[in-house]
Amino acid sequence: MDVFYPIQISVNWLVHSLFNLPQGSIFGEALNFFIYDSIKILILLAVIIFVVSYIRTYLAPEKVKRFLSRKFEFLGNMTAATIGIFTPFCSCSAVPLFIGLVESGVPLGVTFSYLIAAPLINEVAAALLWGLFGWKIALIYVASGWIISVVAGFILGKMHLEKYVEEYVYKIKMKKQAVLDKKLQKERVSEAWGETKSIIRKVFLYVLVGIALGAFIHGYAPENLLTQIAGKGNWFAVPVAVLIGVPLYANAAGMIPIVSSLIEKGLPLGTALAFMMAVTALSLPEAIILRKVMKMKLLIIYFSIVALGIMFIGYLFNFIL
Amino acid sequence: MKIKVLGSGCPNCKVLEANTKKAVEELKIKASIEKVTDIAKIMEYGIMSTPALVVNEKVVSYGKVLSSDEIKKFLK
Repeated sequence: MDVFYPIQISVNWLVHSLFNLPQGSIFGEALNFFIYDSIKILILLAVIIFVVSYIRTYLAPEKVKRFLSRKFEFLGNMTAATIGIFTPFCSCSAVPLFIGLVESGVPLGVTFSYLIAAPLINEVAAALLWGLFGWKIALIYVASGWIISVVAGFILGKMHLEKYVEEYVYKIKMKKQAVLDKKLQKERVSEAWGETKSIIRKVFLYVLVGIALGAFIHGYAPENLLTQIAGKGNWFAVPVAVLIGVPLYANAAGMIPIVSSLIEKGLPLGTALAFMMAVTALSLPEAIILRKVMKMKLLIIYFSIVALGIMFIGYLFNFIL
Repeated sequence: MKIKVLGSGCPNCKVLEANTKKAVEELKIKASIEKVTDIAKIMEYGIMSTPALVVNEKVVSYGKVLSSDEIKKFLK
C-alpha cells in the first residue's frame, strides 16, 4: 500500500467534506492536488535531505581527495560520481574544490566526474521527482545523472586537457591537510538535521509556488496542450529544451512541480528530464566561477560534452518510456 | 587571539564573518578578525570547502556556516 494513502484520505475529507467542494469540480480537484502534494513533498524532502546530509558528514572533500587520487581512471570516475551524488554544488566552494583536487593529484577526468555529479544530482530534485512521479522516475534520474557524470568525466579525461587549466592552479600548494576533531555521532545527526531545516526553509516557498502553478495547470490547461508543439514526434524538442536549460539557473524546487504538470499535458518525460538536468547541471553563474580555473576552451568543451550527454539521456527516455 | 575567516566573498562567507564578530562581542574577548579572500592563501590552510574558520592559525571548521553559539565554543 502507498504510505501516503492516509494523507490522501485526510485531504479528500478536508476538501470535499469540510470545504464542501464537490469531487470532480475543477477548483476542488486543484485544491486537493495542491494540499496533498505539498504535504507529501514536505515529508519526502525532510527524509531524503536528512539522509543525504548525514551521509555527507562522512564525505568532506578534504577527506575524499586522498581516496580519489589513488584510483584507476574508470573506477575513479565511478567513485567520484558516486561521491558527487551526496555533495551539493556550492558556488562558494567550486574554485577551492577544483584546485584542491588537482593539487592532490586527482586525474582531471575524475575531477570532472565529481564536478558534474555534484550539481546534476541533487537531493531536492530527487525528492520532488519521487513525490510527483514515484520512486522509479527518481531512481532513473539519479542513475542517468550518474552515468552522464562517469562517461563525460571519462571522455574529458581521455582528451588530455590539462594544458587548458589556468596555470596558477598548478602553482598553488596546500601546505598541510587541515584536520578537525573527529565528529561524534550526536554531532553528525544534529548537523544533518540543521542542514535539513535550512534547505527546506530555503526551497519550500519555491516548492509551494511551483505546486500551486502546477495545480493550476493540472486543473485548467487543456489536455494535450503540448503534444503538438513538443511531442515525441518533434525531433528538435530535446536539443531545444537543453539549450534553453543550460544558461538558466532556476531553482529545481520550483521548476519540477510545473514541469510535472506539463508532462500531464503531453510533454514527453525524456524531454522534461533533459530540460531539468540542463538547468541544474550547467548554468551561467557556474560558468563564470569555473572560468577562474579553466581556460575558455576547456569550459566550452566541458559544457558541450555534458550537454550532449543530457540530450542523449533525453532521447533515450523518450524512446524507451 | 587571532581569528581568520577564509572565503572568496560568497554570501555564506559573509554570514560566517558576521556571526564571528557577534561571538567575539558577546564573549567580550580581545580578538582580531581578518577576512582572507585570496584563493592561494586559503588553500594553504589545507581546506577545499569554504567558508572556513581559523583560530590562532588552526583550522577549526570548514565548509560550514557556524552560528555564533557554535563559534563561541572555539574561542574559549
